[in-house]
This record gives sequence, structure tokens and C-alpha cells, in this order.
Amino acid sequence: MSRLYAIKDPSSEKRLFINRIIAAFIVVSLLTTGLIIRLIYLQVAGHEHYSSLAKDNSIKIIPLVPTRGMILDRKGKVLAENMPSYSLEIIPEQVSNMDDTLSRLQKLLELSDEDIEQYQKLRKRQKRFVSSSLLVSMDEEQLAKFAVARPYFPGVDIHRQLVRHYPYSDLAAHVIGYVGRINEAEMKDLPISEYRGSTHIGKLGIESSYESQLHGKTGYAEIETNVQARLLNTLKEVNPESGVNLYLTLDIDLQRTAYDALDSFNGAVVAIDIKTGGVLVFVSRPGFDPNPFVVGIANDAYQALQSSENQPLYNRALRGLYPPGSTIKPFIALAGLEFDVISAEQKLFCPGYYQLPGVTHRYRDWKKNGHGAVNLTRAITESCDVYFYRLASALGIDNMYNFLHKFGFGEKTGIDLVGEKSGLLPSREWKRERKNQAWYPGETLITGIGQGYLQVTPLQLAKATATLASNGKVITPFLVDKMVSAQGTTLGIEHSDNTIPLKQEHVNSVVQGMVNVVHSEHGTAKGINKNISYQIAGKTGTAQVLGIKQNAKYDENSIDFKYRDHALFVSFAPVDDPQIAVAVVVENGGHGGSVAAPIAGEVIKQFLQEKYEN
Amino acid sequence: MRTETRHEHFEAPSVLGNLLRRLHIDIPLFIVLLLTSILSFVILYSAGGQDMDVLIRQLSRVGLAFALMIVLAHIDPYQFKRYSAVLFVLGVFLLIAVLIMGQIGKGAQRWLELGFFRFQPSEMIKITTPMMIAWYLAEYPLPPRAKQLLVAVILIVIPTLLIAKQPDLGTALLVASSGAGVLFFAGLSWWIIAAIVTVLAALTPIIWHFMHDYQRDRVLTFLNPEADPLGRGYHIIQSKIAIGSGGVYGKGWLGSTQSELDFLPESSTDFIFAVFAEEFGLVGCLGLLALYLLIIMRCLYIASQAQDSYSRLLASSLAFTFFVYVFVNIGMVIGVLPVVGVPLPLISYGGTSIVTLLAGFGILMSIHTHRKFR
Repeated sequence: MSRLYAIKDPSSEKRLFINRIIAAFIVVSLLTTGLIIRLIYLQVAGHEHYSSLAKDNSIKIIPLVPTRGMILDRKGKVLAENMPSYSLEIIPEQVSNMDDTLSRLQKLLELSDEDIEQYQKLRKRQKRFVSSSLLVSMDEEQLAKFAVARPYFPGVDIHRQLVRHYPYSDLAAHVIGYVGRINEAEMKDLPISEYRGSTHIGKLGIESSYESQLHGKTGYAEIETNVQARLLNTLKEVNPESGVNLYLTLDIDLQRTAYDALDSFNGAVVAIDIKTGGVLVFVSRPGFDPNPFVVGIANDAYQALQSSENQPLYNRALRGLYPPGSTIKPFIALAGLEFDVISAEQKLFCPGYYQLPGVTHRYRDWKKNGHGAVNLTRAITESCDVYFYRLASALGIDNMYNFLHKFGFGEKTGIDLVGEKSGLLPSREWKRERKNQAWYPGETLITGIGQGYLQVTPLQLAKATATLASNGKVITPFLVDKMVSAQGTTLGIEHSDNTIPLKQEHVNSVVQGMVNVVHSEHGTAKGINKNISYQIAGKTGTAQVLGIKQNAKYDENSIDFKYRDHALFVSFAPVDDPQIAVAVVVENGGHGGSVAAPIAGEVIKQFLQEKYEN
Repeated sequence: MRTETRHEHFEAPSVLGNLLRRLHIDIPLFIVLLLTSILSFVILYSAGGQDMDVLIRQLSRVGLAFALMIVLAHIDPYQFKRYSAVLFVLGVFLLIAVLIMGQIGKGAQRWLELGFFRFQPSEMIKITTPMMIAWYLAEYPLPPRAKQLLVAVILIVIPTLLIAKQPDLGTALLVASSGAGVLFFAGLSWWIIAAIVTVLAALTPIIWHFMHDYQRDRVLTFLNPEADPLGRGYHIIQSKIAIGSGGVYGKGWLGSTQSELDFLPESSTDFIFAVFAEEFGLVGCLGLLALYLLIIMRCLYIASQAQDSYSRLLASSLAFTFFVYVFVNIGMVIGVLPVVGVPLPLISYGGTSIVTLLAGFGILMSIHTHRKFR
């Protein structure tokens, strides 16, 4: 029906409309009558019934909060527990002379004027019959003093509650995370009945990722109270169910070793149990003490953490993005063999630089005069850049992308921890989409030595190394080994069973190069082969923080500390039966071999020692 | 057709009356709205724990809302008609923007941050949807034909789904009913209405399938509140106790024990009717319902006096939506409808809904006071 044919008839339209207005009025009247009938039913017929519920004795349903599950390490050492804490509570309604009571309490418990002032403010915001806390946590002396004097303080009482405590403080704060007070935004998304009565919720790390398991199931009690909300009688009780205890794959002693080994550097260490994928070490340094977050961290302390140049709140192992530098080379070498663009024995000549045909720009080797003719194993051992420029050029970015992607670069590892970063594995499509530019051949070269757009997390490096060590069986790292509750034990996340098809001899050649990194005369990490009865395969890496100009020279001593190169090291051991893979990133550490490798060496040593002793 | 109401005959030719007329304000509607707002402060003071800050904040919002109403009343309804489609499309775009931002920011998001205040596109769409449908249908002879019906339904479904996805079931319901209201007043055949009701009943299991878990919970809780005494059932049980214990005459102002003892959650917002019913009893409730009916009747009267199809359809739909607002909120508080987040219009604490409501009344006033011949 086109508009041209449409003829409006105003008087019939108006009639129709008035009819509809009348109909609407009838509907409105009927529905309103319905509401009124219901109101009469409630307020007249049901008045007595509801009055008895509301008036003198009210049935109140109070939630019974479940005890939060503990978090333990692989050996059962407690990483997060619930400690009793005692607060001093006052019900203003029951105190006859508040000022007098407060001044006596101040004298007895040696409280500061600020404490009292703060309480006065708090009191004004709350209803008179609601208990408000003068002291959030009392020490033993205060407890003892008040216990004796208690009869002289009507309306004042001690309340016991459980407070989350992290005995290892800053050592594993990024993994374990912490709980904090539920805020308004979180309240909206929470199942309201489960969290009625709960004050805290996991905010970070395992505490947050496994919130629903740790929290437990809230119970409730139906109690009869009088108008003062004083308990008269309990009618019914449904007990709460405690949260499950989480056993992590983490080894807190090993974590300590790695954390201490990083010393004053910022950085990350991730170690994975190759047999299972369980994460043994997950260090991000500097750490922070999660305990103040539980009771509510003071604003200035929080600001200090936030604005600190070292960014202690930042989880470097999970979210830190670094160019992998030379640690990518074993994977590029393997790609070269798998795509058959090179053989293990084929030698390439390294004069100290590489030029693309028709371009004057020289892509330099870290060794100014070059490595001479090197085969694949030696190229890895000595970290010859020119070899990898040529290999990358022969492979092309598409092959490199496809191969590295299989090892998990450029995507999340799937670890059971929220907030993971996926890093960046560049491709032609990515560059077209993001920068609206074509891919340049020079970018292929620098990707081949782990520079350029390529960015990885320490966790990704550890995963890729573990995958390489297990001959291509894709390792998915995870943290929760098992969950133990009254109902029994359940295991953590399901692990994928993908395997990258790789030729054994190809893997062997690459691994040989990595063994030589640690165990040969020319190796870049030969410092860590002392006093060990097994072989370690490793690869050092150095990631530029600052671009060095074409003819300028990088001099570690002459530049600011924060612009110094990052030191990296990936490794696994023992080579004949790989058990542990370790990735280390030391920010501004300089050379991978001298700073990062010893840290991995210590972790491997301690882990294997314990393993063989048992 | 020239019928003047009694109101207009008896308006005192005072300075104030003149001023109000010059401002294009419909005096009867204005007076009832003012009375209801004053009542809202009385009850808010009690429900909000006698907190003056709450009152002052609400006062500033209501003031803003009244100002907006007066501004809109001043605009010629022709302008509303002219920009109906533009405003509607803009609103839909903003809804999509909010949805995308919500997905990036993880979790529900309903507003856009505009520097100094938050803007909820879903509020704007509550008015622009009936504007759009009225504008579209008024182009054609009424009652609408099948093709126009189809287009109108699609136009209603788009914003409704976008809001339901936020997820904000209450607002989605209001937007859908504002659009459906236009169709009804445009003369949608009774047969089709009957058919839709039948189909909806048949579709219930399918809708059930697509609901969020928490939305299902609410329906289940509504059917059996005692099953979840700590959760949503708690609201309904406590609210019934509060209302029932109020009796015929209520416990008097500030006499509510249920909200005082915090038995009644959300006592200042969605469940404020329970506090009102407890303190003022059945008599008070009837009075409040009478105020609402006066507003609705005045609006329907304005619609009946409107001089073109667009104005009629828009005015009547706004009146109808206002009733849906009242019915859904009170129905939920007294336990005859499931709990959806719809505030009690003009009474509940909170700024966004009152601004939109009074904007709607501003448009109604504009329609009434800009008639070319009386």
C-alpha cells in the first residue's frame, strides 16, 4: 500500500481513537481494582497475621557465613588461611553515657585521640541499635585488659571473626591474590542469597579465579527477635558449607628461591612441571604484602603502591609483555627444519651484518666481526643473529607466524588465573588491520631474532619451552592441582591433549644447540653448568628497551638503568628426561647469560635435588 | 469539536495562572505532579532513615526534572514530530554503543560517562520509541495495515532487545509497552491483540529458555518466595509483612518498623511502596492510587483533545506507559508480579527515572497547550 493511495479519514480516526481511550480507561480501572483487592487482602484480611510477624516478635532470617577454603601449596604448606581476630564493638543504644565510656576505654586500652574521633564519626552514620566497631583488631594485651574490666562497660563487647591471612606476604601475592571488601559494583553481579552476610570476595589471583569454590555455601538461621533486634529463639538452622581447600601445584620453597634470586631486580620467573603442566614457580618481583588489602588498605599506602616506579601491583609473569629476544631462536630454528628451508648441517656465513638485496641498511649481529660459517646448532649456541636473519628471510613471516602460533605465542596459555595477557605474534593480517600497512621484509628479519612487534609474557615463554621439551606435546599450565572438600576431592582444570607433529631429529638438533648454550665452551650461559650431574638445555636472550641507531654503540655503563636491556633465559632439564621448564625475565638486567641464567639454574637445581632425594 | 473542560473555566485569572499559561504549562497536571512529588519527599524522609542528604539530593534531581518538563512544554509538538526519527535512531546507536562498551568493560553497563554526569540511553529511548512509532503510523491512515504493523513491531523490538541484553528487564518491558501502547491506540484490531496474547502464552517456554539464570530465579522466587528466603524471596516476604502490618490506617509517618530494622531492603528505591503502605495503611495507598489515576486520566484527556494523529498516539502512549510503571512496581511489591527493577514513578529515590517521566509530561503539556484552535 503506497502512501499515494492512502487517504486519511480524520473523523473516523478520531472516533476510533476515542473508543480506544475508553477501552484503555476500562483496562486501567480493572487492573487498579485488582491492586486494591490485593491490598485489602494484605492489609485488612491479613493484617493480624502480618502484624504478629512484624510487631513484637519478628522472624528474622540471618545468614550463616561459610568459612572460606584455604589455599595450600603442593606440599601442603598454607598460603592463605583464616585467622581469628577480635574487634571491640559498641551498641550505642545500650550505653548510658557514651562520652564517659569512651574516655574510660581510651585510658584502659591506650587508644589514640584519632581512634576515638574516627569512632564518633562512624557512630553518627549508623543506627543506634546497630553494633559498630571501635577497634577492628585488638592485640592480646588489650583483650586481656578488657576481659577483666568488661562488667564496667555495658553495651561494649568483644566480637570474634575470621580474617584472611597470607603468611607468605609478598612472596606469592600475584598468584594467590587477596580478598577485599565487596564493593557496590561487585554486589550487583553476585548471587544475592549466597553473599548475604559475606563481607569479602576474592579480588585477584587464585582468590578471585576460584572465588565460587573458595567461598562455600551460605546457610541461614530463622530467629525470633524483639523490636530491639535481640535474639529470643532460634527456630530453624541450615548450616553453611565451608569452601573447598585448594592445593596448588606451586612449590612455595622453590618460589622463595626464585624470588630471592631475582634480588633487587624487577622481573619474573615461571617454572612448569613438564610432566603435568603444573606451575611450580610463579614469581613477579617486586611483590607486595596482600594482608593490608584484607582489612582495607589505607589510601596513602595504596597510592604509594600504585605510583611506585617499580609497579609492585603489576603481575609481570602473567601480564608483563616483553620482546623475547634471542630466546625465540630455538623455535625459529625448529621452524626452519620443519619447513625444510634449511638442514641442520648446512652452514651459513656470518660477516657480522646482513643486508637485504637492494637495501643499504645493515642488520647487525651482536658480535661485530661476525661468527664466520655456522651451522644450526652453533647458531643457537652462540646466538648468531645473521644466521637467524637469513633463516627468517627464507621462512617468511607467514610460516613463522603459523609455527610460533602452535607453541602458544600470541594467545593466552589458558592458565587458571584471571587477567592473562595474550602477547603479540605479528602477522601480515595483523599489520594490515592494526596499522593499515603492508608487511616489510625487514620486519621479518627482526622478528626472527625476537625483536620488533613480537611480545611475549614470561608464562608464554615457559609454556613454549615446556612444549618444546616434551617434543611438541602442548603443555597447558595450571595452578590448582586438586580441590578438597567434605564431599571429597576433585582435580583442577582439564588439560588439552594436543601434540604438534615434529620430527624427532629436528628437535634433537635444536636441543643440542640449547645444551651447548649451557655446557660448551662458546655457550652464552656456560656459567651455570658447575656441580650438576645432569644436562640443562637453555637459551639466553637480551631484549632491547631502547632502539640503537645505525652506527651508535650500546654501552651498558653510559645509559640510564631503566633503559638497560632486559635479560631473558629459557631452559629445561634434565635433557634426557625433561622434568622442569623455567623462563626468567630480568628487567634491565643486561645480558641473559650472566643475570637471568643463574636464577633458572638455582631453581632447576633445587627442584631436581628434592626430586631425586625422594 | 470544541469542548472545554471545567478546569479551564475555573482557572483564576491570577498573575501566577497567566505566567503558567505563558509557560505552556497544563495547570491541573502540574498541580497533581507537584502534590505527588511533595508526597515523595515525605515518604523518602522516612524510608531513607531520616537522612536530610538523601532529601537534598533528590530535591535537586526533581528540580532538574521539573525544569526539563517546563522547557519541553514550551517546544511546539511539531518539532517533536519532526525530529522523532532522528532522535530514535540516535537513541538506538547510543544503546549499541553502551552494549559494546559493556562488553569491553566486562559486565553490565547501562550508561555512558559524559564527563560530569552519566547518561542512560535506555531512559531516552523510553520516550523516543513511542515518538518514532507514533510518527511512523501517523503518516498512514489508521488503523494501520499489516505492512505498517510489521515495520512498527520491528522498530519496537530493536531497542527492547538491546536493553534486555544490558540486561535491564524492567526498562525493556517499559519500552516495549510504550511502543505497544501506540499500536493499541492506533487501532490495532482486537483480533490481533487476542492472537498476540495467545501466541505469547504459547511462547512462554521458549522465552524461559532464553532468560538469564538470575531472571529465571526471580520468576521462580515469585512463584514460591519461601524457597529462597535469603535471596529474592526475602524481598517479597519482608515487603508483604510490611504492607500487611500497616493495616487500614497504617503505623503513622516515621512509624515503619520493617524498614527501620532493615528487614526491608531497597526500601528507598524499588520497594518504597512497602514503606508507604506500612506507614499510611490502606487509606494512604488508596490516596496514592487516586493521585496516579488523576494523572493518568488527565493525560488520557489531553490525548483525546489532541488535534493530530501523532500527538494523540504519543500522548496516549505516554499515559499508558505511566500506568504500566505504576502497575508493575506496585504489583511486584505486593507480590502479584515477579520482581523486575522498575521504580515507583515519581516516588522512588533516584534521578534517572524521574527526569524521563517528567520529560514525558512536558511533551504532554506541549501537545495540550499548543493546540491551534480550541
